Amino acid sequence: MNDTLMADNIVEQAAAWRTAGRRVALATVVSTWGSSPRPVGSQMAVDDRGSMAGSVSGGCIESAVAHEAAKTMEDGEPRLLSFGITNEMAWEVGLACGGQVQVYVEAVE
Amino acid sequence: MKREILDRLLAAKADAIPAALVTDLNSGLQTLVFEDTVHGGFGLEPDLLDEVRRRIRQDRSGMLVDPQDEDGFRLFVHVHNPAMRLLIVGAVHIAQALAPVAALTGYDVTVIDPRGAFATEARFPGVKLNHLWPDEALAELKPDVRTAVVTLTHDPKLDDPALIAALRSPAFYVGALGSKRTHALRLDRLRDEGLSEVEVKRIRGPVGLSIGAVTPAEIAIAIMGQITCVRRGETHPC
Repeated sequence: MNDTLMADNIVEQAAAWRTAGRRVALATVVSTWGSSPRPVGSQMAVDDRGSMAGSVSGGCIESAVAHEAAKTMEDGEPRLLSFGITNEMAWEVGLACGGQVQVYVEAVE
Repeated sequence: MKREILDRLLAAKADAIPAALVTDLNSGLQTLVFEDTVHGGFGLEPDLLDEVRRRIRQDRSGMLVDPQDEDGFRLFVHVHNPAMRLLIVGAVHIAQALAPVAALTGYDVTVIDPRGAFATEARFPGVKLNHLWPDEALAELKPDVRTAVVTLTHDPKLDDPALIAALRSPAFYVGALGSKRTHALRLDRLRDEGLSEVEVKRIRGPVGLSIGAVTPAEIAIAIMGQITCVRRGETHPC
């Protein structure tokens, strides 16, 4: 069975990738409005090979978050991302999901 | 996230110690809050610290905003509580389906059965097994508000002591397998044991959502659906 489905262990996955020498960013849902698909606290880890574990939406914004995560791995700077109907990407990534979501992306040192 | 904070958080999770990671979204600094200690990058005022600990107890991650602060003060509190627990009494066929469904749902599962032939590693690979008599097992495992208890044996000698212990605990869900007739007889026995009407009414029986479940896997889904409904469904009947 897929361990990342079974429990809240994305931090563990991020740490394991980091320990293996990869660059890693951790994305966390910090606030939601309306019918966002994943609750506050949902996490996704991304590494510099493009591996992903967990999710921050029902698949709506993961690729956009992974793209920003790559920048955070590069410069080490955290990013606060907003997705939803007020975002310019709304018609691209917002409509399929509905709601709005804020995602905090940080590098794992 | 600094490695030291990450390592402390991982250690807390591994030891099933409740913790909250507080992130200042403006600076990126992080502080780890436990029930009795604090480690990390910035200090928290006593009232904020109290609020973070309240969030841990409520299992509620989210933003912490100070309306007095006009500088756009933004803290995110990420609560990391130990997994919810499911105690299954009866290492029976339905338990073999329920244990993995519950694990997939994120529950820390223990199967309780004093009958050695039932509660075996071969039948429950990777699942925690407890071979004590159910009331002794529950006394040891101490169901709390984040624990669900389900009895599946059909045997009053095993189910009833478990139910009595579960009903006298703060467990958020208590369910018992058995038909309506079996359940009515069970309630009569429990009343005879001195349980109050309020206590016996806490038992979900016949256990599980009414979805016409027939096979062990379907019954497991019905039970897990009902546990989820009780935990999450604030307005739905379960």
